[in-house]
Amino acid sequence: MKIVVNGQETEVDVSSDMPLLWVLRDELNITGTKYGCGIAQCGACTVHVDGVAVRSCQLAIGDLKGEVTTIEGVGTPSSLHVVQDAWIEHQVAQCGYCQSGQIMQAAYLLDKNPTPTDDDIDLAMSGNLCRCGTYPRIRAAIRAASKQLAKGE
Amino acid sequence: MGRLGTITKRTFLVGSAAVAGGIAFGLYKLATPQENPLEEGLLENAATFNPWILIDSEKITLITPHGDKGQGVTSMQAALLAEELDVEFGQFETSFGQPSAAYWNTAMADEGVPFMATDKSFKADAMRDVMGGVMKLMGMQGTGGSTSTPDSYEKLRIAGAMARETLKLTASKKFKTPLDQLKTKNAAVIFPGGKIVKYTELAVDAAQIAPVQDVQLRDPSEWRLVGRPMKRVDIVEKSTGTLKYGIDQTMKDMVYATVKVNPRQGGGIKRYDASTAETMRGVKKILPVTNGVAVIASNTWYAIQAAEEIEFEWEPAPYPAEQKDHWAEISKSFVEEKLDSEWRNDGDVEQALSAREVISREYRSPYVAHAPLEPLNVLIRVSAEKVEIWSGHQMPRMLQKIVAKVTGHNADQVTFHNLYMGGSFGHRLEMEHLKLAAEIANQMRGVPIKLTYSREEDFAHDFPRHIAMGRGKGTVKDGKVEAIDLEIAAPSVINSQMGRAGLSIPGPDAQIAAGAWNNPYQFPNYRMRAYRVDELAPVSSWRSVGAAGAGFIFDSFLDELIHEAGADPMAERIRLMGDKTSRTVLETVAEMCSWNTKLGATKLGENKGRGVAFVESFGVPVAEVVEVTNTEDGLKIDKVWIACDVGRIIDPVNFENLVQGGVIFGLGHAMNCEITYSDGMAEQSNYDSHDGMRMSQCPEIFVKGLENGSKVRGIGEPPVPPAAPALANAIFAATGKRLREMPFNKHIDFV
Ligand code: FES
Ligand code: FES
Repeated sequence: MKIVVNGQETEVDVSSDMPLLWVLRDELNITGTKYGCGIAQCGACTVHVDGVAVRSCQLAIGDLKGEVTTIEGVGTPSSLHVVQDAWIEHQVAQCGYCQSGQIMQAAYLLDKNPTPTDDDIDLAMSGNLCRCGTYPRIRAAIRAASKQLAKGE
Repeated sequence: MGRLGTITKRTFLVGSAAVAGGIAFGLYKLATPQENPLEEGLLENAATFNPWILIDSEKITLITPHGDKGQGVTSMQAALLAEELDVEFGQFETSFGQPSAAYWNTAMADEGVPFMATDKSFKADAMRDVMGGVMKLMGMQGTGGSTSTPDSYEKLRIAGAMARETLKLTASKKFKTPLDQLKTKNAAVIFPGGKIVKYTELAVDAAQIAPVQDVQLRDPSEWRLVGRPMKRVDIVEKSTGTLKYGIDQTMKDMVYATVKVNPRQGGGIKRYDASTAETMRGVKKILPVTNGVAVIASNTWYAIQAAEEIEFEWEPAPYPAEQKDHWAEISKSFVEEKLDSEWRNDGDVEQALSAREVISREYRSPYVAHAPLEPLNVLIRVSAEKVEIWSGHQMPRMLQKIVAKVTGHNADQVTFHNLYMGGSFGHRLEMEHLKLAAEIANQMRGVPIKLTYSREEDFAHDFPRHIAMGRGKGTVKDGKVEAIDLEIAAPSVINSQMGRAGLSIPGPDAQIAAGAWNNPYQFPNYRMRAYRVDELAPVSSWRSVGAAGAGFIFDSFLDELIHEAGADPMAERIRLMGDKTSRTVLETVAEMCSWNTKLGATKLGENKGRGVAFVESFGVPVAEVVEVTNTEDGLKIDKVWIACDVGRIIDPVNFENLVQGGVIFGLGHAMNCEITYSDGMAEQSNYDSHDGMRMSQCPEIFVKGLENGSKVRGIGEPPVPPAAPALANAIFAATGKRLREMPFNKHIDFV
């Protein structure tokens, strides 16, 4: 079947119930998207499908409708997304393993709601587990990115 | 503090510690400088000054041998090297290097000695030196016990200075310029007229001269990097999904594997039927491994799916099948024969307890899983000549020996490429996943195998934090705490963990009592006894090890006594504190949260309460205040203030992050995490039943790092132990309900 990831169309030949996560990671070698739990409990696998944050461990490839954007697609070290910029500025990451998912979730939140309240942030981000406990910095980075977005407009 | 009996036993332990593979150590070896691992395989035009810095004509590589599991030690090590070397961030690469005995961890020895961290006596220091010598002899390269910074602090600056001075000397000789006219900056030697010669241009010649040995370290006032905010070397990659963790490794012709091993840890396998699994899409092979089966496939998901379809008949667990029987075993271990050590006996506890009404309490600390977000994984390739491994690990040298044993190679044929870890919390001190990966790869020689655990398998095979039970008896008098008689019973984590690695460590296990015996209070009467319970479920070091449970037991009981005495929890702790640095930590946290130590004078809102706790672990005194509100939706943690003293903060930003993370880790697990066994298996298999703290539950956390302590300490673990008792004490203050068992959600709802 054909799928579009980060603007590129590719052909994959896998079982239709394989979750998108494993297509990305083990078939396409796009590894920024992480496996943490496989049961929608951690958010490490979060990607965008047509701009909507989705847990890729829960989406069977056969059910995929729309274009996929992964962390590699939202920005790169030389061309950062505002959210990534804020993440670097606030040095959010500890082990960093959850951060692809956190950034994808945060980018989606700000896309829908560029000026979230603290409660909005908590609500949107609580499905993303960080075992290292970087939550205070995630909050700060999201607020900073939100300000940055407001300035840009 | 030390009693002669304990010291003798420890000295003996030191001399007789055995290593898998069995090497005899003697004093002579103590003085032998470790061979330099970088000299092997060094390029023709490269010079190496010591095992931490590599310069060639192209680039400068700083070797940062301490494993990075998110605590930021790669940057910390690089900063210490770069400070004296006069290179800036951006002018070097880092590498975890190859495992080597030269990277032995001096600081790890400190925790093994039976002296309080605040004990500066000759005896205590002598013991620390002896243990340091043993670590060196064993070439114990390890990351753990919050030792990376203390281990690196001086060594790496000396290394940087040696390299710098040698490069300067090289430049002086080469360009016939007096040494004292040369300066260094930005990875280059600067000449009087302004001429600049880069280190990389001097590398070849530098290799020809003997390295400069007697170097003087700079005064902290001259530092450019250490103590100031730095942009961590891994931060861009970790914010763009471009960092390759172990689980992301790939290689030509690599196949994907997963394992399913008897979830009753250590139990064998009777038979299995993989006939369905074999036919499933993507499956290449199904292989037996110790106590289980491996599935090899073209995709990790296919492997995991197929493993689920295998039918197994397992042997029973080698420990009690039901959780209640674990507690029963602990409960009956408070007896003379199980006494592991009497750690404190100050004053006359017996007399004090007989003089007035005794307050008796019992506390429990459960098994808890590490569950770092990156599940266990190993990329490995075995051939006749060698074994190559890519994975993130805390004990690289031990790993080589253990894998070599599985594959039938010598340890020096095992090449280990350490990688950034997606968390560990002690999980990646363990070897079972490496042994299994080696078993698979050994059956498929030549083929690179990437073994990835499913989250469920990772939980099932987590060696959790040990369970512990504490029993306290105490008295109060004239509004003060008068006597504490504290007993803690727990299985020995050192015994369990080192046993799996083939090491036997005689003598008492300090981790049963850590966090309870060593808090530098001066109680008029204090006895602390630790009982060693026979091994139950296999256990391991979990971020802060013994202090997480014992610290909860100790401080909770102290808090109860203070309340019984009718004293202010903060004021009484400060009054009782016998160590100046620690007292300052308590006073600082009180000031941060404006705690008025006049009893009842701190006015909080309705349904609010505050608790304070102090636990010293890994030599770091830490005080935390937690403020909670009892809301209609449950208990809410509003704010946390934490003060701690590490002697010297290397990177204040990373420090704050790590401290906040430690608080969250401590609180989150105290709130809602435990591993319980039923039918010999862990009942919790994923984050739905063992998740820790979520963002919506996360309080504001105010951090203050002090630098009064005379020794430099690490901060990875010490913020964890006081979090649980501070929360329990706050819950008591807000609700009147005293929680004596973790996790607290068994007794109270959180928002
Ligand atoms: S891996 Fe998808 S939510 Fe955890
Ligand atoms: S940074 Fe380690 S899990 Fe979030």
